[in-house]
Amino acid sequence: MTPLAAWVDGIGVLGPGMADWPAAARVLTGEAPWQRAPTQLPVPQSLPSTERRRTGIPVRLTLAVGLEATARAGADPGTFATVFTSSGGDGQNCHEICQALATTERQLSPTRFHNSVHNAAAGYWGIATGATAASNALCAYDASFAAGLLEALIQLAVERTAVLLIAYDASYPEPLRGVRPIPDAFGVALVLAPARGAASLAHVTAAWSDAPADDMADAALEALRGSVPAARSLPLLAQLARRAPGRVAIEYLDGPRLALEVSPCR
Amino acid sequence: MSPLALTAFTATSAIGRGLAATHDTLRAQRTGLAPCGFETVALDTCVGEVPGVDAQALPASLREFECRNNRLAWLALAQDGFAEAVQQSAARHGSHRIGIFLGTSTSGILETELAYRERDPASGALPQGFRYRGAHNTFSLGAFTRRALGLTGPAVVTSSACSSSAKAFASAQRAIEADVIDAALVGGVDSLCLTTLYGFHSLQLVSRTPCRPFDVARDGLSIGEAAAFALLERPAASLAADAVLLLGTGESSDAYHMSSPPPDGRGARAAMLLALASAALSAQDIDYINFHGTGTANNDAAEGRAVAGVLGSEIPGSSTKGATGHTLGAAGALEAVICALALKHALMPAGVNTTQVDPDLPVRYLRENRRGPLQRVMSNSFGFGGSNCSLIFGRAG
Repeated sequence: MTPLAAWVDGIGVLGPGMADWPAAARVLTGEAPWQRAPTQLPVPQSLPSTERRRTGIPVRLTLAVGLEATARAGADPGTFATVFTSSGGDGQNCHEICQALATTERQLSPTRFHNSVHNAAAGYWGIATGATAASNALCAYDASFAAGLLEALIQLAVERTAVLLIAYDASYPEPLRGVRPIPDAFGVALVLAPARGAASLAHVTAAWSDAPADDMADAALEALRGSVPAARSLPLLAQLARRAPGRVAIEYLDGPRLALEVSPCR
Repeated sequence: MSPLALTAFTATSAIGRGLAATHDTLRAQRTGLAPCGFETVALDTCVGEVPGVDAQALPASLREFECRNNRLAWLALAQDGFAEAVQQSAARHGSHRIGIFLGTSTSGILETELAYRERDPASGALPQGFRYRGAHNTFSLGAFTRRALGLTGPAVVTSSACSSSAKAFASAQRAIEADVIDAALVGGVDSLCLTTLYGFHSLQLVSRTPCRPFDVARDGLSIGEAAAFALLERPAASLAADAVLLLGTGESSDAYHMSSPPPDGRGARAAMLLALASAALSAQDIDYINFHGTGTANNDAAEGRAVAGVLGSEIPGSSTKGATGHTLGAAGALEAVICALALKHALMPAGVNTTQVDPDLPVRYLRENRRGPLQRVMSNSFGFGGSNCSLIFGRAG
């Protein structure tokens, strides 16, 4: 494979006990202890009020991390091609639909239905930011983060344009939670650019690797990594937070891992 | 982009299992739509159901993937020697060098819908044996196909509603261009379920009669199901004249509304222009367009304007959804295969069911099959969330 490479120009994170990228970075470098608390989702001010009240957790989560990453990159969020990746999309909405369909009336609300598509978060992102470039919505079960990163790096390599990657997952309510136990919402956004810019934080190069996937030294963070597909990104985020050169292997499918050579800019 | 060859392809839908049956139905200008008798659905509508999907279980080694969607995929992979062609390609390139790029909107959600009827009355738990990963999850289709064909390369499912499997072609093309893989199994599978039948009904977008795209009296879509696949590879040095190539892809977002396009069709327009640019072609080079053409008032109006704006109002076109129904996440791949048949057989398929073309839509909508050499064709796919994709296919000679 031709090496796939990008400059990381901005990062956004939101998860349990991680209010934003600086807070996550402090936890990931061990500078601050991880104080686990439910993910706090902001109300998306960027959406018109009619749309705002219709939004579920994934929309709030992806808007928060996407806007954080693009703001840190000093870029207009509406200018990026996007790759959204998630294992399960909006689990609460899916539950409500299945519940309604199990009744004799089978009454669905139109909003529930159009919010049920896996690319709902991508659709609302476009409405909120005016982004008209290509937008992908991917799923690879537990490998969703690596699959999204791979798609974003390929797109960047071929089209030579910046790509905003947004990986996210949220919990299902019961009874689906019992068969797919994702404990809390977690989202990460990376602004990936083809050339070094003023905001560039690090350079990453991807290749296949037979090395085992990196895990987190901290047992609680390792549990988070293992239980939320989007949190499979944590070893990469930790490497970026350390601002030191290094190589991390990210969990993918049952074949090789996706390894990333990280070189910080400053 | 560098053109890629469709070295094998197949489709199974309400108009036939495999290419020969599909071609026959198109030639005969028949519809596969019929009054809905699916499951316990009590809606006054027509659907494009594939007969016999549930008649054959998956092999024991694939049982963890049992669901209507994967059974439909299995049925389709067995047609036209498609699975064998993929395995021959894997033998040539290595199984790790074949990528999987598939589209679906609802995967195996039907299993979950049925399981919710059987929740434990006391605990609310789903019935024993319910399989989330193999059936419900969006990636189930990708994992199933990878296992069924013994492939070990990259795999991903694109789920952007009704543009899903068109966008899978674009992702696959890029992965080959970046040399991440040598060949790609692309396609789409979507199967009937209650979420989409009742969901489109709640939006009042479902017709009672077989859908009539671009008709002056069109009143909604008909839902169908399909599985369609293609094997994309770099073209050999010499190709048969009737070899089919993927020439261009274009993707855009409306950034407008979750379930309706902007009336001027600007997102569709952008996708078509990007596809032309990616193929280094101009509007005059396109001989036929397979419309997204769902049969709803607004979608067809926006698309008609967009197509006339990009390709001119003389471009012959049709929507084959009058025959197949709207197969949602599979529509892009199904219509790609129909375009490949059109190119091979010099057949512009009619848009069946449509009796009086809407005079306000500035297009040359084909109500009868037309014969004539075709060199290059375009296919449009647009989905909820404002996700647009246009593909261009052509003959080698």
